[in-house]
Amino acid sequence: MSNTISTPDSHNATDGLNAKGLRQDEWLERLKLFGLSSPALILILVILVIPVGWLFYVSFIGADGSFSLENYERMIASKSYARIFKTTFQVSILTTILCILIGYPLAYFMSQLPSKLANLCMITVLLPFWTSLLVRTYAWLVLLQKKGLVNDWGISLGLWEDPIKFVHNLNGTLIGMVHIMLPFLILPTYGAMKAIDKDYLKAASNLGASPVRSFWTVFFPLTTPGLFAGSLMVFVLCLGFFVTPAVLGGGKVIMVSMKIVSNIELFVNWGAASALGVVLLVITIATLWIASRFLNLNNIAGGGH
Amino acid sequence: MFTWLKKPATETQISHGGRLWLYVISTIIMILLVTPTLIVIPMSFSDSLYLEFPPEVWSLRWYENYFGSYEWMLATRTSLIAAFLTMLVATPIGVIAAYGLHTSRVPFIRMAFVTMIMPMMVPVVLVAIGAFYAFVKLKILYTITGLVLAHTIMAVPLVLIVTGAALKSYDMNQENAARSLGAPRWKAFLTITLPQIRFAVVTSALLSFLTSFDEVVIAMFISGGDNPTLTRNMFNALRDQIDPTIAAISTIMIMITTLMVIAAQIFGRGK
Repeated sequence: MSNTISTPDSHNATDGLNAKGLRQDEWLERLKLFGLSSPALILILVILVIPVGWLFYVSFIGADGSFSLENYERMIASKSYARIFKTTFQVSILTTILCILIGYPLAYFMSQLPSKLANLCMITVLLPFWTSLLVRTYAWLVLLQKKGLVNDWGISLGLWEDPIKFVHNLNGTLIGMVHIMLPFLILPTYGAMKAIDKDYLKAASNLGASPVRSFWTVFFPLTTPGLFAGSLMVFVLCLGFFVTPAVLGGGKVIMVSMKIVSNIELFVNWGAASALGVVLLVITIATLWIASRFLNLNNIAGGGH
Repeated sequence: MFTWLKKPATETQISHGGRLWLYVISTIIMILLVTPTLIVIPMSFSDSLYLEFPPEVWSLRWYENYFGSYEWMLATRTSLIAAFLTMLVATPIGVIAAYGLHTSRVPFIRMAFVTMIMPMMVPVVLVAIGAFYAFVKLKILYTITGLVLAHTIMAVPLVLIVTGAALKSYDMNQENAARSLGAPRWKAFLTITLPQIRFAVVTSALLSFLTSFDEVVIAMFISGGDNPTLTRNMFNALRDQIDPTIAAISTIMIMITTLMVIAAQIFGRGK
């Protein structure tokens, strides 16, 4: 089956005719191997690529069934759509910033522990990563609700008097989303920190840099590829997020993906939903594309695991 | 006590005291990462409608509610079957795709790779409504088949990345040696390569199972009727009110996930 190289004639590969045949054989073999990926490719083509292509087409069909841009015009004209896009960016950017502010110190802390202790701490990052997203969202809902644990304890400790509204608003959404996104930031950042040669820092100190200075001028710049990769991952995932804002936002935080769902579930308006979906997809791809100009995207794919 | 800290900050004498804030903050963050999930477990045994912690009266009523409910049992069954089948479908097709991409060296590999990790990059809502449309046409809406197919495309990118990384660090010459000694390619792969990338394959299988088991948005659209998934029902219940039964189900879901992770460790490692 795969004896391209060991054909008897291969001794005289200098012979032009044989060389051509062998090259053909090799190509056939390579194509056959490539064919191994066809089940996965076909499945993705049928369930993802073609339907999304169809959505793209539907987004240009107006209510009367002819070609029109009305689905996109509505998006520009209507104030409510502008608000939804604003919310989506606001939530995504805030989540990313919070993840950086919280995740970077933790990754830094873990990167300097002895490996056994670091692995133990890593469990606290990976445990949420394995746990169901819905379960974690539910947990926050229970803890943060009006009669929830956080309010109970806060009031009984005298920290505040009236129950604070933590959920069914932007606060709750951000708390839940940061909790879910944090591992995506910490893992690549931690990886970048571990890869740093500690001698650089020794050299910096040796030359008289203060701890703060050697951190900002030597350590931090070396971790930026990992930090960027993680932040990008968080931001892109946030853009299309649905479950957490839907549960913890309590209808007050409406993101693009939620509007897409309600367009279909409530109004059965495929045109409007598709147009929103196309815009969301374009924003996502554009973000990834711009980012890929600046950094190696393989970092992201590899960083998550 | 100060020795390990000297390494990163070197001889500049940054003391434990000097960055005590880092330790305090890190500890608080780690507690906040873990507790919300774990606290649900004791709360699910509370008798109260408001899920007290610590529970004043312990009870199994929410578990009784769950196990006594036809809807929840049906949903659990659907979720487990779909997750198991997704694992059985996504792992082999993902692994052979990774192997194909790794060995074939044709010019359009990069495009094929990007296509196959697309499900990870396209917003999941779009995948969901796309699959909904496709399944109406294919007449497999609200079936386990549809659920498994849709969840498989979500799992394939993960399998591809995890297995692909393992193949990159694997020395293909070992397989070539077996083939030059007369083993057909499939046999060389199964007996030489596969055992060595086993941990990656088992991890892939675990990720496939969990991807399907946890998936909400796609299931909202394409599961239902006789085959609703657990996550779909949970999500719908969450939108209405805080039903403590969900705490019991969450606890069970945490248990299933933990068991799967432990099983993966046992099967994958243990060399």
